[in-house]
Amino acid sequence: MKASWVAEEEKGKVLKMSGADMLMEALEKEGVDVLFGYPGGAVLPIYDALYKKNIKHILTRHEQGAIHAAQGFARVTGRAGVVIATSGPGATNLVTGIADAMIDSLPLVIFTGQVATSVIGTDAFQEADIVGITMPITKHNYQVRKVEELPGIIKEAFHVAQTGRPGPVLVDIPKDISTSIGSYKPANEVDLPGYQPTTMPNLLQVKRLADAIVQAKKPVILAGAGVLFAKAEEEILALAEQHRIPVTNTLLGLGSFPADHPLFLGMAGMHGTYASNTALHECDLLINIGARFDDRLTGNLAHFAPKATVAHIDIDPAEIGKNVETLIPIVGCAKHTAAALLRESPTSGDTAEWVYQLAELKNTYPLWYKNEGEVLKPQRLLEIIHEETNGEAIVTTDVGQHQMWTAQYYGFAKPNRWVTSGGLGTMGFGFPAAIGAKIGKPELPVVAVTGDGGFQMTLQELSVLQEMKLPVIIVIVNNQSLGMVRQWQEIFYEERYSESLLPVQPDFVKLAAAYGIEAASVTTEEDARAKFAEALDSKAPYLLDCRVASDENVYPMIAPGKGIHQMIGVKP
Amino acid sequence: MRRIITATVLNRSGVLNRLTGLMTKRQFNIESITVGHSDEPSISKITIVVQVEDDRKLEQLLKQLHKQIDVLKVKDLTEMALVARELALIKVITTPETRSEIKVIIEPFRASIIDVSLENVTIEVTGDNDKVEAIIELLRPYGIKEISRTGLTAMPRGTQKTVYNLNQFSII
Repeated sequence: MKASWVAEEEKGKVLKMSGADMLMEALEKEGVDVLFGYPGGAVLPIYDALYKKNIKHILTRHEQGAIHAAQGFARVTGRAGVVIATSGPGATNLVTGIADAMIDSLPLVIFTGQVATSVIGTDAFQEADIVGITMPITKHNYQVRKVEELPGIIKEAFHVAQTGRPGPVLVDIPKDISTSIGSYKPANEVDLPGYQPTTMPNLLQVKRLADAIVQAKKPVILAGAGVLFAKAEEEILALAEQHRIPVTNTLLGLGSFPADHPLFLGMAGMHGTYASNTALHECDLLINIGARFDDRLTGNLAHFAPKATVAHIDIDPAEIGKNVETLIPIVGCAKHTAAALLRESPTSGDTAEWVYQLAELKNTYPLWYKNEGEVLKPQRLLEIIHEETNGEAIVTTDVGQHQMWTAQYYGFAKPNRWVTSGGLGTMGFGFPAAIGAKIGKPELPVVAVTGDGGFQMTLQELSVLQEMKLPVIIVIVNNQSLGMVRQWQEIFYEERYSESLLPVQPDFVKLAAAYGIEAASVTTEEDARAKFAEALDSKAPYLLDCRVASDENVYPMIAPGKGIHQMIGVKP
Repeated sequence: MRRIITATVLNRSGVLNRLTGLMTKRQFNIESITVGHSDEPSISKITIVVQVEDDRKLEQLLKQLHKQIDVLKVKDLTEMALVARELALIKVITTPETRSEIKVIIEPFRASIIDVSLENVTIEVTGDNDKVEAIIELLRPYGIKEISRTGLTAMPRGTQKTVYNLNQFSII
């Protein structure tokens, strides 16, 4: 097929086809082999064109499931996740996932159906202005007005989504554009004069940073998700080891530096380690690589890195200086910049005392919890999952207590195994994201760690798990409450547990059984380990309902409005 | 502080919406905004007058505007030698006695009467903000029925002093 139309084009003949067929051709050209979606009226022509094609389509049971799955896929593969949904409600059901992908910089290309161009603006059946709705939560979006524009727009959409700082791009396709026949001209190049991301750093600034490194006695590297997107893990490791600079991670940056490395301090921020947050507070040189100084990292900005010269390496210039004043700004991708820095900085500063001091803090004030009594502690559960998977599984989460415990106790040994909703903090993200991650990386074990609250937001995707027989292990950290809300109510609202307790729940084991999925409910450490190992061996979908201590809180913690040095719940 | 910013943009559907939307989202207060074609029909020029708190906010705004895919160029003209003009149409209530008086008042402003009826005249004036404000204040006692203002459009002068304050915008 492909060869034939290339040949015809060379002969100067033009191929005629429908918009929907053009979409399929363009997707194949982009190397897309899996779509996540849900059909409906306005995308009928697209699904009809798909019927003839050999592109895998994952039919989730809700559009939100489709987009979160695409996010999981994008996070672990580094390629754009592709989503199709119909107009109106189909499109609006994607909004949460689009916003989530935008704030966490995940590459997605989303195709939404739209009502026919003749009725756009008339409040037609299943019409929603999805281009207007998603304008602030997409990197860019399009509405196709002429069928001939389709190949070019799709080419642009993939280019914009996957280059620079990645992000979601939405393409809205009216139904009549899908059906109308036009001459197909494959797009081979993009022409975007207003979009030229800077990837190579300014050498002058790199040299300034190299000088600062020589001068610094107390430097620290803050590695964010930008390191993962740029695949710069090796360069960062080399940089840290060459200059003996301790490394801390943002939540989304976990995995960009080996968790068991002696220079690693753990995660920083609201629930970060004492060593990490102290390092950020005391450092004289803060090298931020690919992080955006989110408020959950910095705490009160007035107390953030007060003694430090701040260097910020980011591919998005708008992030530099947005929250924290930056003396050494470097626009560039983490990989090229770190490599340039390695070349330009032959000499190191004397950091021996600082490294020793932080190692002491790491030993004296590690993450801690009281592992006592019969009831399973959630922290212990995550340690068990780490031990059983050697820290090499793909782990996904929602938002809240279970997310923080996973970040604290899972210990990611390798990059691109950590899939979580960081910026937006979306409940119900983890389970569908695990489906996408498993499809993207079938060779790796995938564990979806969720809370009992979040799981109930997207559990309909159990159907997909069973239909595809995907060996994803769902671990419900079941504390019969919206744990993080409950924790804040305990600490800041005098234990008034307003609407945060979930004493009535489904029997999750029976629920899984209804979908034909193996499941078990455990209450002790031994059972949890045994059943998890069983699940791992079964190579089949598995749900593990873990009844954990319901009053356990996430510590240490920086209370809202407090500085990064004002931690509570540090090991005494 | 008040800044005059121009953005050169691709003339694609929704581009104005993108810029105003991002300014709303990031809490920038637009004083006026004007849009029109440039010498090329596919490229438009947008002039935004905006109030920002400080230099850091300003830098954010310039970077965020620049980040839009459809934006080709962003320039803060405030510190430059520039020409800035807006056009105002002012409908003033007149009586046979005041009509000639008004004519005299508007003359130094190089404004002109472009419509006359028995009860009122419509005056067209072009100039910078101060000039427009001044003529409005002078006409106010006669009774202003309606004002329509275009907002500022601006352009740097052909000749500039050679020193710019570029220290904080070097990384764009």
